[in-house]
Parts: sequence; structure tokens; C-alpha cells
Amino acid sequence: MTAAASTRKTLNLNMGPQHPATHGVLRVELELDGETVVKATPHIGYLHTGIEKTCESKLYYKVIPMTDRMDYLAPMSNNLGYCLAVEKLLGVDVPEKVKWARVCLTEMTRIKSHLVWIGTHALDLGAMSMALYAFRERESIIDIYEAVSGQRMMSTYFRIGGLAYDLPPDFDKWVKRAIKQVESGLADYERLLNENKIFRMRTINVAKISADDAINWGFTGPCLRGSGVNYDVRKANPYSGYEKFDFDVPLGKNGDVYDRFMVRQQEMYQSIRIARQALDGMPDGPYRARIPGVVLPPKEDVLSKMESLIFHFKIITEGFKPPKGAVYQAIEAPKGELGYYISSDGTNKPHRVRVRPPSFVNLSALPKLVEGGMVADVIAAIGSIDIVLGEVDR
Amino acid sequence: MEEKVRQYLEANFKEAVIREDNFRGQQSFYVNRDYLFEVLESLRGDKNLEFNLLVDICALDWLGLPEEKEGRFEVVYNLYSLKNKYRLLIKVRLGGDDPIVDTVTPIWHSADWLEREVWDLMGIRFSGHPNLEKIVTPDDLEGHPLRKDFPLTYEMPQFSYNKNEPPEVIK
Repeated sequence: MTAAASTRKTLNLNMGPQHPATHGVLRVELELDGETVVKATPHIGYLHTGIEKTCESKLYYKVIPMTDRMDYLAPMSNNLGYCLAVEKLLGVDVPEKVKWARVCLTEMTRIKSHLVWIGTHALDLGAMSMALYAFRERESIIDIYEAVSGQRMMSTYFRIGGLAYDLPPDFDKWVKRAIKQVESGLADYERLLNENKIFRMRTINVAKISADDAINWGFTGPCLRGSGVNYDVRKANPYSGYEKFDFDVPLGKNGDVYDRFMVRQQEMYQSIRIARQALDGMPDGPYRARIPGVVLPPKEDVLSKMESLIFHFKIITEGFKPPKGAVYQAIEAPKGELGYYISSDGTNKPHRVRVRPPSFVNLSALPKLVEGGMVADVIAAIGSIDIVLGEVDR
Repeated sequence: MEEKVRQYLEANFKEAVIREDNFRGQQSFYVNRDYLFEVLESLRGDKNLEFNLLVDICALDWLGLPEEKEGRFEVVYNLYSLKNKYRLLIKVRLGGDDPIVDTVTPIWHSADWLEREVWDLMGIRFSGHPNLEKIVTPDDLEGHPLRKDFPLTYEMPQFSYNKNEPPEVIK
């Protein structure tokens, strides 16, 4: 701030917590000089429910439903991160079919999350109809959720060592239907937004961040790639068999809102590509690993073999005891690098479950993005970093 | 890569590294807290290693467990090298009576909120942090919930049949 500006009177404005463009209960305290943002301070914690603390009093497998409720727009990504972390802690592997099914479903989840983002982001910037279109396409992915798990939102479908149930026989049909609908939708969105003059004016050169700054502020996911840094956990440190899939990592150049928008839009096409490969190459096999004492045995064994019945009973009542140690497992969630740091003290409950939420770290850079800009651009910036407050506060 | 980091730390910070650990392929080094800032700064600055992304800071409480004899709290710095695609955990052990460690905000901006969260939930002080305040818990909450000695209580919800009674707190 220059000396002349400092003598001017500034206005303090609370944006949120009940502001429709803050995507949940985020409060941003803005100090305004006219329409220019002098200082922005985000306040979070309105949705803090102590999930990390609650995990410490639950058996390992009982934590899974809580992970859905952090990033509620991408529940399967959260399930995957947690299950992979516990599998790493136990040192077990899962059957091929499970890996492919998980990849297929998490990629559809990525599209689902990005569809909500594109709808609300465009809505914030004045393209009202986008929200309706995006939610229409999202419905077809929710149908997949319903087909596999019986639940439309909080699916809790992945389990440690496998899946909750086998994939339904018409799984192909549901995914292909969703892909077809999303593809036609994406073509519409491109025509509606990419060359739209108002949308371009609201996004190009707004809330810019350079590659070095993006790394320094801990950006991951599409926000980091929007600044041109090629870091995607799926490529850099593949998990769940991602090394077998062929896909590109879209990159931006300028690190502005428009580039982050383009990165996410292109990512949806890549996700469709991965989901198609996963569908075509889905191997046959069991939907759960056979690990006595850790993974539930098949139901027919429980009904006919005594050992299986005992294991079933023991796993449900006592859980299992991983060895002492701590692991960190990162996955590429729709919003960035989602990591689980799980520490075990040798008992049947985790000693500490730390979630590395991508939204939390990305949101911390909001002041950097908006300070010096116009107050209307704050909304564009919040939309472009794609936060979910359930994950920020946990 | 493990070997490279080990050699680098041995050459430059022989007295700082207490021990190392490798569990399920994840390499971690335990560092003396007095040297933490220097170690992290040079790991970031080194041209070959270049751990430029601070992914996460988290804290653990070992109260009542055999690990407590090394220090009650453990702070884990999760570093990632974009150039080498390699992850490294740097861990610091802190005693229960003075859990305080140097801030790393001058090296990474992302440490700002991460350290505030650790302070809020685990009560570890970061000396030199520009704005070490509560971040997620309500202002009137006393104590640090993720500590193992934080009392767990349950308050009965008030319904029409018990609305005139004082709220019952179950410990």
C-alpha cells in the first residue's frame, strides 16, 4: 500500500459465512478500498466436527464411512485414499479386478466432482443455466453410485482389501450411459463457456499465480497444473494400478482462473478415457482379497466353514491389528493431493489418522490470489480453487 | 534416492540427525529440533534434492505409549521433491512440558495454516510464526482436542421432555 492510499478510509466487509458463492460456510473478511481488495482473511472452522479425533476411537474399517463425509462431492476418492493407506500399513495387495474397478469409479467420481465445480463456478460468474446442465449430467454418475452401492451420495463402497459387494452385472451399461451423457454435456459446456466473451473477461488474467508461488503456497491438483507445473500423483507415484492406463495430464500456462478452468475441463475428457480403458480391460476375479483375519471371507464360506465363520465374527467385533508404524499414502483426488497419514500403535484402533486435505492448503493461498484485485474477482478466485468446506474443516 | 538424502544429511548435518526409519518403503529421518529449520531450508535449497513442496505438517501424541520416552509429541514434515518425484518425512520429537519448535513459514507459505492447525488441535507452539491463532476450533474452546488427555464428554441433547433440566454431561 502506498502512503497516499493508507490515509484513505477502508471498508471492512464480511463475505460469508452464508454467502452463496463461498461454496459452503466460508467467511472471508475483506478490507476494501473502493472496489479494490486491500486485505483478505479467510475464516474457517464452521464445519469442524473433529473427524480426525473420532477416527482414533473406531476400528479401522469403521473409519471408512466418515471419510465420505469430508469431501462429500467425491466420496469414492476419499474411500480410496483411506483404504490404500490401511492396505499399505498392513502390507497387503488387492486383486486386479478391485484395482480396475476402483480406478473406473474414482475417475467417474472425478467427473462428478468437476461437474459440480463447473456448474457452481459458472453460476457464480453469471452463467445461470450451467448449474442446471451440470447437475443434470451429474445425475447419471449418481446412478452408477446407486447401482454399485445402493447409495446415491455417501456410497462407502470401498473396503480394506476390496469392495463392499461385487460389481453389478450391468455395471458396463451404467458407466457407458454416464460417459455418453457427460460427453454430450461437455461439448455443450465448451460451446457455452470457452469462447463466451463475458466468461473470458471474468476469468482471463484474474487471480493469477506463478508456478513458483503455487509451489510455495502448497498448491496441488488442478490449481498447481493450471500454473504449468506437471505434478499429478497418478503419474508421479502411481497407485492402484494407474501405471497401466494411458492418459495425459492437461497443463495451463498463466495460472489464472481461466487456465484452472481449462485444466479441469480437459481432465474430465481424460477421466472418460481412463474409465473407458478400465471398463474394456476389467479382469475377472474376486472382488475381495483373501486375507484371513483382515478381509471378510466370502459369504458362502461363512455359511459352510467354521474357520471362516470365526474370522467373520472376529473381524466384525474386534477388527484387526496392524503392525506398529506409520504410513503416508497420497492419491490424486479431484481437488488435489489427498493424503492419509495413519499411525498404528499395534492395537485394533488407529493411533492417529491425519488427513492431508487438498482444499485446506489451496484455500490458504486465497489472500495471495485476491489481494490487489477487485471485489468481484474474489468470487471467481474462490470458485477456481474448488474448495469443499467439509474437507477444509473436517 | 534414500542413499542420496542420507549422504547429504550425513555430510552436512551429522549432529542433527538422531536416527532414521524405513517403514513400508517410506524413508523418514528423526531430526533434533534445534537444527530443524536449517535442515529443512537446505533440503529445499539443494540443487540435487530440491524438496520444494511442503505437502503436510502433522503432529502425533504418544502419551502413555512406550514411544513417549523419546518425547511425547512428534511433528511430521512431509516434503516432496517435484524434480525427483520423491517423498521424504522429517520427524521431530518434542517433550510434553515445552512443545515448541521453530516455524518454517519463512521457507514455505503453505506452512502458515498447517502450523496453525497443529497449534490449534495439538497445542504445539511454533516460535516465530506470524499469526499463531486458533483456526478450526471455536474461540471459547479450551485445550487442544487431538491431545490424548483431552477429556471426551458427551452432552445429552435437549428435547421437550428434558428441556427444563440442566444439560447432562457424561464423562
